[in-house]
Amino acid sequence: MSLRDLYQEIIIDHGKTPRNYGHLVDASHSQRGHNPLCGDQLILSVKINNDVIEDLRFSGSGCAISLASASLMTEAMKGKTILQMQTLFEQFHHLVTTGDKQSEQDDIGKLAVFSGVAEFPIRVKCATLAWHTLKSACLRDTHGHQQPVSTE
Amino acid sequence: MKSDFPIFKQKHQGKPLIYLDSAVSAQKPQQVLSSMMQFYQEDYANIHRGIYELSQRASARYEAARSAVQRFIHAKDAAEIVFVRGTTEAINLVAHAYGRTELKAGDEIIITTMEHHSNIVPWYLLQQQIGITIKEIPVNDDGSLDLNIYSQLITERTRLVALCHVSNTMGTINPIKEIIAHAHTQNIPVLIDGAQAVSHFAVDVQALDCDFYAFSGHKLYGPSGIGILYGKKKYLDKMQPYQGGGSMIETVAINHVTFAKTPQKFEAGTPNIAGAIGLKAAIDYVTNIGMNKIFEHEQRLLTYAEDKLQQIEGLRIIGNAKPKVGVISFVIDGLHPHDIGTVLDHQGIAVRAGHHCTMPLMKRFVVPATVRVSFGIYSEEKDIDALICGIHEAKRLLS
Repeated sequence: MSLRDLYQEIIIDHGKTPRNYGHLVDASHSQRGHNPLCGDQLILSVKINNDVIEDLRFSGSGCAISLASASLMTEAMKGKTILQMQTLFEQFHHLVTTGDKQSEQDDIGKLAVFSGVAEFPIRVKCATLAWHTLKSACLRDTHGHQQPVSTE
Repeated sequence: MKSDFPIFKQKHQGKPLIYLDSAVSAQKPQQVLSSMMQFYQEDYANIHRGIYELSQRASARYEAARSAVQRFIHAKDAAEIVFVRGTTEAINLVAHAYGRTELKAGDEIIITTMEHHSNIVPWYLLQQQIGITIKEIPVNDDGSLDLNIYSQLITERTRLVALCHVSNTMGTINPIKEIIAHAHTQNIPVLIDGAQAVSHFAVDVQALDCDFYAFSGHKLYGPSGIGILYGKKKYLDKMQPYQGGGSMIETVAINHVTFAKTPQKFEAGTPNIAGAIGLKAAIDYVTNIGMNKIFEHEQRLLTYAEDKLQQIEGLRIIGNAKPKVGVISFVIDGLHPHDIGTVLDHQGIAVRAGHHCTMPLMKRFVVPATVRVSFGIYSEEKDIDALICGIHEAKRLLS
């Protein structure tokens, strides 16, 4: 396996210039995520309306994998219902832990670039931090900073 | 030297293993491995129990290991050497057995911003339990301690100064002799975390006049799970036991127990006997090479590595204060340490990327993490050449 399979151009691109970076002023939900293993932190703000993720943004620091994952996740999640979000979460989790891109019907799309992460088990947490943070943010009823989500 | 270390016979990612993470744990020479195997095969029994010859032989070897440690750090008395699991347990022992009895609410202890979490959290627990205050000696931009602040931190409530001999993240060798002498003018005892020191240069606890000195076997080319707490006898004798159980008692009735003397008082239960034997073999190994020779070898590598690293564009070394041991932390503009670590690992180069259990120091230098490379007696210039190539590859791949 070559390192380029892990660090694909799209990952480097999104790691260097993450999309949807910042904070939503009209967020309905926000959540802090933390990877104690490496110290990476991110804050996710989400605007949910009628069970639909209308908009989301993130900020924080991290490695190329975690920033690119957060960036591509925000692109993929815009317009998704909470149920679709959960399905995509499961598909992404399956992808980065097994490397299996599954069937064409999946919503994985561009996110397939993360299949290489499965070969680097220590980096799975980098790829999933934003996802765990989003899931936790969406599945809460109320707005506010609660306990940060931890990958540990 | 590498030929003494069986681990270097393997390939790592199809390439020879380049191990630049000795500060987290050093590799083991055959001599250490053989001594433990031989002990298990020929001399093994529990210690201080059996009246049979085998147990006496095991006990004698365990106590010989204690004497070897005593000579290695130049302690006055073998009874001042307590076997523990490692530096972490040694510091916890002092926090528990000394801190809980000698410290009261409002008392103060002084540590530094560069401490490993193992010399922060035990004191934090005491702060939570009995309300002591923890003060910290700040770190200068070059990675040295701000000693002007140190003298201002001492008050009539200061009960202990606890700091590292060598920073595990930056390699800075702290001027502990002066720090100890200053604390002693106010009769304040000093605990030294020597985890990163004993493998790099000779340590003389009597010359330093420290009151406690803690270190681990596994960073000294010995096995993991064995470590040392040195304490001046006057303190150890006064301290309460740390854990209760077999071996640490004199007599036991249900409602009355008398304790064994120092150091047995602190060694409840069956200890890591083979670990102590392995630690002695490690001490014999480094002593045969010579601590001064080890120091000089690592200093040459340090200069070589720093010169080459500083030529890399965008690379910044965290901690330039001299003297330092063969430990270098750095960051590179635009690249996250974990990505660098992964690229290096792919080339068979083991380095550490992260906060190195020194989160307050990361905060001090406003970095989330660093890449750390650290040398041992088996490290060579060609390891550093490979590192430099690897960093260039990381820059190419990640930019």
